[in-house]
Amino acid sequence: MVHQYKLGGYNIVLDICSGSVHAVDDIAYDIIALYEQKDRASVLAEIKEKYADSNQVSEQDIAECYDQVTALKESGQLFAEDTFEPMAGKLKEKTAGVVKALCLHIAHTCNLNCSYCFASQGKYHGDRAIMSFEVGKRALDFLIENSGSRRNLEVDFFGGEPLMNFDVVKQLVAYARSVEKQHNKNFRFTLTTNGMLIDDDVIDFANREMSNVVLSLDGRKEIHDRFRVDYSGKGSFDTIVPKFQKLVNARGGKNYYMRGTFTHANPDFLKDIQTMLDLGFTELSMEPVVCAPGDPSELTEADLPIVLDQYEKLAFLMRQRDKEGRPFTFYHYMIDLNDGPCIYKRISGCGSGTEYMAVTPWGDLYPCHQFVGEEAYKLGDIWTGVTNKCAQDEFASCNVYARPECRDCWAKLYCSGGCAANALHSTGSVKGVYEYGCKLFRKRMECAIMVAVARAFEDA
Amino acid sequence: MEHIKTLKTRNLCDSAKHGGCGECQTSCQSACKTSCGIANQQCESKEKKSK
Repeated sequence: MVHQYKLGGYNIVLDICSGSVHAVDDIAYDIIALYEQKDRASVLAEIKEKYADSNQVSEQDIAECYDQVTALKESGQLFAEDTFEPMAGKLKEKTAGVVKALCLHIAHTCNLNCSYCFASQGKYHGDRAIMSFEVGKRALDFLIENSGSRRNLEVDFFGGEPLMNFDVVKQLVAYARSVEKQHNKNFRFTLTTNGMLIDDDVIDFANREMSNVVLSLDGRKEIHDRFRVDYSGKGSFDTIVPKFQKLVNARGGKNYYMRGTFTHANPDFLKDIQTMLDLGFTELSMEPVVCAPGDPSELTEADLPIVLDQYEKLAFLMRQRDKEGRPFTFYHYMIDLNDGPCIYKRISGCGSGTEYMAVTPWGDLYPCHQFVGEEAYKLGDIWTGVTNKCAQDEFASCNVYARPECRDCWAKLYCSGGCAANALHSTGSVKGVYEYGCKLFRKRMECAIMVAVARAFEDA
Repeated sequence: MEHIKTLKTRNLCDSAKHGGCGECQTSCQSACKTSCGIANQQCESKEKKSK
């Protein structure tokens, strides 16, 4: 399978199954488009006719170009066959029963009252609650017990607002550090916070113990304060920005993401990214809102062309800032073409419900943080483990080849089949396809690869 | 005349021989939390990786 597109002055050809990326001239671009449909003589004749008015293109050029395409095919870098389907369930079979990541819902409560929150102001459509140390400790023990030979264990402190239960966060990290060596494990913690309760103690702790921190900021003050308000309706921008700046400045280069959400209110989200840059942040993530169909913040069909255009402009901004010596990172444009995931990972689908689960404040297990509160998807609890095997099997069988719509999609080995929660909420099935999200994802991949091509050829 | 420039990329077909250790990060779990994509994840295999 081959995908061709033009962006940023490049003609880009992706050979999906080999993972090859080619930047080609116009003749090669046209030959590749015809190569699988017609024989050599017909392709050469058609290309010759197309370029008849060009003095720059000789018959010999066209023939040489055709032969270069053939050489790439013969070396497995173009038109590689998709032979991966029999391997699709192998990784999940091999690691069945192994859990390597937990999202700890340390606080089902929040000090902000954001109407667009998928977690319903942190309550997940249930009661307010905070996780006790005993429940959290048992969750960490459950993870160690079920992690098999996996060394790296990922734990996210999530909410609601996890800093509303900061003492328990600190106690759990101390507990994990006290037992990780004896079990030959390495805990990697992430904290996701709205920033309201950040102080020097939090900064010291987060920068010492958290592999990653995810800081929620939507960009422009008027955009951020439209949704991210306290219970009196007051916007949080002015409170959190200085705290985030202090935390990031003290972080010493460790990972963080400034994470924004864009909605129907700001499909022109590049202005919000620019605000983040102007505030001195360089590790950025901006996500399309996840909300119930019909919600006023939901992105519409009319928003789609605006959003797609913004993604292109974002890629161009990245290149401009590269050239100015002021690079920044956009989470969805990070792509490691040389050291990225193996094919097993790429076809296995999201690890939710199998190797990754969310734990509620009272110890229930769900396939991921976005399923918490959906009773049908409750998998079990941290004392008895997974008992709802039927629901878990549904997640275990999710992979790139489980969805007919994904089979012919060029982006399938970059997305791995998509998000089960997005699929459920848009189609009623975890094996559905959230087509709006797919359109955004495909555009993001085109932009990410264009940036990678430009960096490889212009900055080398 | 060179018509095609090819980036250095990991060969996915070859990665079938050495892949599948499962040490890599799961889904969106440590970052965006709302969409699955694996293109930006890194391979964490300790085994020698094929190109």
